[in-house]
Amino acid sequence: MRTIRYREALREAMIEEMERDERVFLMGEEVGHYQGAYKVSEGLLARFGEKRVIDTPIAEAGFAGVGIGAAMTGLRPIVEFMTWNFSFVAFDQIISNAAKIHQMSGGQLRVPIVFRGPNGAAKQVSSQHSHAVDPFYINIPGLWVVMPSTPRDAKGLLKTAIREDNPVVFLEGETLYNVKGEVPDEGVEELIPFGKARVGRVGDGCTVVTWGRPYHTVMEAAEQLAADGIECEVIDPRTLRPLDLDAIVASVKKTNRCVVVHEHWPMGGPGAEIVDQVQREAFDWLDAPIERVASLDVPMPYASNLEDRVLPTVERIVAAVRKATYR
Amino acid sequence: MASGRDELLRQYRMMRLIRRFEEESARAYAMGKIGGFLHLYIGQEAIAVGVNDALTPDDYVLQTYRDHGTALARGMDPKAAMAELFGKDAGCSRGMGGSMHFFDVGHNFLGGWGIVGGHVALAAGAAFKSKYIGDGRVTVCFFGEGATNIGGFHEGMSLAGLWKLPAVFICENNQYAMGTPLTRTSAIEDLSIKAQGYGMAGDRFEGHDVTLVRDRVQRAVDRARRGEGPTFIEIETYRFRGHSMSDPAKYRSRAELEERKKKDPCLVARRRLLEAGVSEEALDEIDAAVDDEIDAAVKFADAAEPAKEEVMWGVYAPTGEGA
Ligand SMILES: Cc1ncc(C[n+]2csc(CCOP(=O)(O)OP(=O)(O)O)c2C)c(N)n1
Repeated sequence: MRTIRYREALREAMIEEMERDERVFLMGEEVGHYQGAYKVSEGLLARFGEKRVIDTPIAEAGFAGVGIGAAMTGLRPIVEFMTWNFSFVAFDQIISNAAKIHQMSGGQLRVPIVFRGPNGAAKQVSSQHSHAVDPFYINIPGLWVVMPSTPRDAKGLLKTAIREDNPVVFLEGETLYNVKGEVPDEGVEELIPFGKARVGRVGDGCTVVTWGRPYHTVMEAAEQLAADGIECEVIDPRTLRPLDLDAIVASVKKTNRCVVVHEHWPMGGPGAEIVDQVQREAFDWLDAPIERVASLDVPMPYASNLEDRVLPTVERIVAAVRKATYR
Repeated sequence: MASGRDELLRQYRMMRLIRRFEEESARAYAMGKIGGFLHLYIGQEAIAVGVNDALTPDDYVLQTYRDHGTALARGMDPKAAMAELFGKDAGCSRGMGGSMHFFDVGHNFLGGWGIVGGHVALAAGAAFKSKYIGDGRVTVCFFGEGATNIGGFHEGMSLAGLWKLPAVFICENNQYAMGTPLTRTSAIEDLSIKAQGYGMAGDRFEGHDVTLVRDRVQRAVDRARRGEGPTFIEIETYRFRGHSMSDPAKYRSRAELEERKKKDPCLVARRRLLEAGVSEEALDEIDAAVDDEIDAAVKFADAAEPAKEEVMWGVYAPTGEGA
């Protein structure tokens, strides 16, 4: 194993898959000459040239649609949104087209495309730039929704996403790009399958389900709780659609408690979906209502004193676990 | 001539105010007092000021996230503007919006908007309202050249042209959309020809001379006010700083920047004032007064109370309590 950053892990995945398959190309705003707004695609233009690393104008609906059309006819595009906030102007392409084409064409066409970019809040970028989009996209049959929290998951899942024959919504995080972690050595290929959760920390006191940025906040909270004798079992589903319910339920049957922590707003979304499925599958094993920690139900304010309160904090996670464990 | 000179003096002062406001906000950003994205307007000041002088206080103005200059030209108090950047309750948007989302409805500044192209149809909507109730107002919408490729732009323009709305659409072509030059984002070089496709009048000129900007935009504003429909204007300009504070602007050469700085709108105005007989001392006095005003704004913002801790505030307007 070797240690790299999340950003580098994504880059390696793209490089390996582009070298493996001529049909794979990267397209988006500032991905080429600028080396990526967040430097994920640094060096890719020099390596693969303008044919395969394509700078687009600011026209998300246009280049998402071009990507889908190219995928439909045999290419395998990676479409980068500078941030997922800007996918909203391309929403129709992703939902009405990408997600529908295989079924609507009676299986004649398929759409092997990856839409990727940073999801969620960064730091003080205010309400129009701070959306956690997971709830919007997990509702759509025909899309896969992936949200890796570590470099290893980022690399292994992106490689799988690029080889997948269906549209994948791949959610990264601006605040995750610098996270360091271990990945397999060069030359050792790892494809992480969709629908397989990862246990981030083993414990028998309380199951905590989380993904993306809050995963790291949860790991911090789990340290604190462990010092007080509460051992959390942290489950990162890694893909929200498909969802590895079995892994979550197995853990809940062991701990008898469950807390779900996510960045998206509390109304609906994967957070609510997980609670719904777990309560039905593990009702007899639960010793307490399932708790949720979400962003507060407001558009993200700019002021840092407010932003800090909106996002899930260690304190709120600790309080939720204490509530679920009656400690 | 004297009145022209007085006007230019006032314009010079406002351009200097915008310039100094932004230089100080860049400093405060480096000190961590401002967070998030900060997009500076330095180099483009003649456009904000010239356009505003073609408008009445009742007219509406919408701008992108690069909004400080336009808001200040519109009449926003620099104290409220700086306090917004500092995330304070006394900020023009109560610390909710930050740099990208200045609002000052009292001065009919209807916002800085964060999604490229997203506000073009909103501007058409404000103009629609003016046509609907016949209030005689004109709406001006600013955006960058990078915005002219996105659907929101086309749809807003299409409707404004179709319905002959009293609006002026101003494309501030500062050459780069983030790191990408126009040559790599547009199949045409003269963007103003797009006007034709929307059934609008079009215009195109360089934007470093505040008087020229005012005069040319005035024609479009007058046309709109007479009910003769909208105009699309491409104003050629240059931003001296990076796209935002995190952009070192490596995609352009030092020489290119230095060449452009020769057309610094503040310097151009200053030269013309000197030629018109205004003394260096008089101009230096203006500069000093502007420095004081910006100092006061920074001090005010520093001392102001943080955004109110009512974190759930403002999600819904209280129905029935509005205007
Ligand atoms: C729909 C959308 N896509 C991408 C972005 C990210 N973004 C912000 S500003 C910008 C460049 C805009 O350039 P231009 O329109 O020329 O205006 P300028 O910044 O030069 O004033 C980009 C790509 C965004 N805000 N909205």
